[in-house]
Amino acid sequence: MSSVLIESPSDTAAPYQWRTILRHRWPLRLMHWINLLAMLAMIGSGLQIYNAHPALYWAEASHFDTPIFSTDAMQRDNGEIHGVTQIGSMNMDTTGVLGASRNSVGALESRGFPSWATIPSWRDLATGRRWHFFFAWVWVLNGALYIGWSLLTKHLNRDLAMKRRDWRAIPRSIGDHLKFRHPVGDAAARYNPLQKLAYLGVIFVLTPLIVLTGLSMSPQMDTVLGGWLDFVGGRQAARSIHFMMMALFVAFAVIHVLMVFYAGPINEMRSMITGGMRIRYPRGTAGQSAAASESSVSSEENNHE
Amino acid sequence: MSNDPLFTRRQVLRGVIAGAGAGLLVGCDSLSQKERFINVLSIGETLNQRVQRFLTGDSLAKEYSESMISPVFRANGSTNPQTDEYLAMKANGFSDYRLKIGGLVDNPLELGLDAIRAMPSRTQITRHDCVEGWSVIGKWAGVPLAHLLDTARVKPGARYVVFYCFDDYGDNGGRYYESIDLLDAYHPQTMVAHSLNNEPLGVPNGAPLRMRIERKLGYKQPKYLRMIEVVDSYAAIQGGKGGYWEDNGYDWYGGI
Repeated sequence: MSSVLIESPSDTAAPYQWRTILRHRWPLRLMHWINLLAMLAMIGSGLQIYNAHPALYWAEASHFDTPIFSTDAMQRDNGEIHGVTQIGSMNMDTTGVLGASRNSVGALESRGFPSWATIPSWRDLATGRRWHFFFAWVWVLNGALYIGWSLLTKHLNRDLAMKRRDWRAIPRSIGDHLKFRHPVGDAAARYNPLQKLAYLGVIFVLTPLIVLTGLSMSPQMDTVLGGWLDFVGGRQAARSIHFMMMALFVAFAVIHVLMVFYAGPINEMRSMITGGMRIRYPRGTAGQSAAASESSVSSEENNHE
Repeated sequence: MSNDPLFTRRQVLRGVIAGAGAGLLVGCDSLSQKERFINVLSIGETLNQRVQRFLTGDSLAKEYSESMISPVFRANGSTNPQTDEYLAMKANGFSDYRLKIGGLVDNPLELGLDAIRAMPSRTQITRHDCVEGWSVIGKWAGVPLAHLLDTARVKPGARYVVFYCFDDYGDNGGRYYESIDLLDAYHPQTMVAHSLNNEPLGVPNGAPLRMRIERKLGYKQPKYLRMIEVVDSYAAIQGGKGGYWEDNGYDWYGGI
């Protein structure tokens, strides 16, 4: 197997052949892009909402003197403002990005997150809330459809669920990632165990947490969510968890995009747009593989020159 | 011999990302200024109201123990009204204050503070959530709005209760106002509050009377209460959206 990793573009007798398979079916591709759109809208409008009171607390009510996180503007002796980000007992000067940043005419102003990160870019809590709640519904309904589709088509069971061999393959998968070793053949058409864990974590940990902590910021919903609110530590704790989950979603998305670039951005993007993905098979094995023959839309053999 | 590209791949990539980012921002900003688009977005609020009310029914807001009361009940919005009628009342300790209750009722009322304090009262320690994101806990005492409405005898056809206030928030000549429907008006914890943390309500928190509507955000619970009017529609009142902040782009539901 390892011989196929040695590749040279001028090698006319390359020891592998290429096939194009259907990597993602259309409902999944559609839901993926709706998900991205809704998430971008919710993060931008969520930061707008955060900016209305740029501090987080860990309790039922706000203890205004002891936030666990805040992004404030402070005034220097000469009257200039600067941005200070506080995490626990730590303070950092974050002028220009957090706490104080430049507005459209270039003047520093007090602002939790900068205008380029918020929807709309100017301070407008009312409009931010409209964006946030509309796209929250889009996101939740799209997510519910995704779960339903994944159960129905066995996508969840077949492609995402951690099997015994996945658990066993974790050390090797870590090694593959560290050594920038790309999978070939059927393995390239499957999620690797680390990828599965990341997706499952987002779907079954981050998503329920961000939805429930979002809902428990509602005084109306809190009339029936009392037990949950006690469990997470109160309404302000729920607001803080909501924010942290957002940060984890952003971290996931950054790594996700880095992985797309690492795996081949054109091939990966195509697999999520048209569904087609080109996969390298060691010569002589393509066609025997179950995954390839099952989902193949077109098969071709060439030397990729 | 060398065919240096006009742009390196990295430059192109950076340009594409920056361009896409800037495009998104400009797009969101321009959409945010289109009234029709904002109206589409407010479908989210309609869904929030329908679904959240369906899930919660008549449930009560949580009430806390004394030890949970916040050291200071943060005041926000108007904290010291400067309208002439308010300043005159404040000068003589609200002794000539009369709360008017009218509109679609058979028995309009005018009640002084002593009369209101003598009415059946309710005490509750509840959490106040501001639309900005912070929360404080306070102990309220007051008259359930349901009692006042029953005393005034609401007429058939009534749908909303409108609260008119003394403060001129935004200093534009208008007066703060708010509205709720009868479902929230008759909720057991909805009250005209006259005291906070065992003291008569102070000026920053809405003296002499303010509303407590515990399943709503702060902006739906008006301070400096002047008059309560029972109506069948709020469309003809001020901006027509049912409240000062609603007229300024906020949602009428105010439950999340």
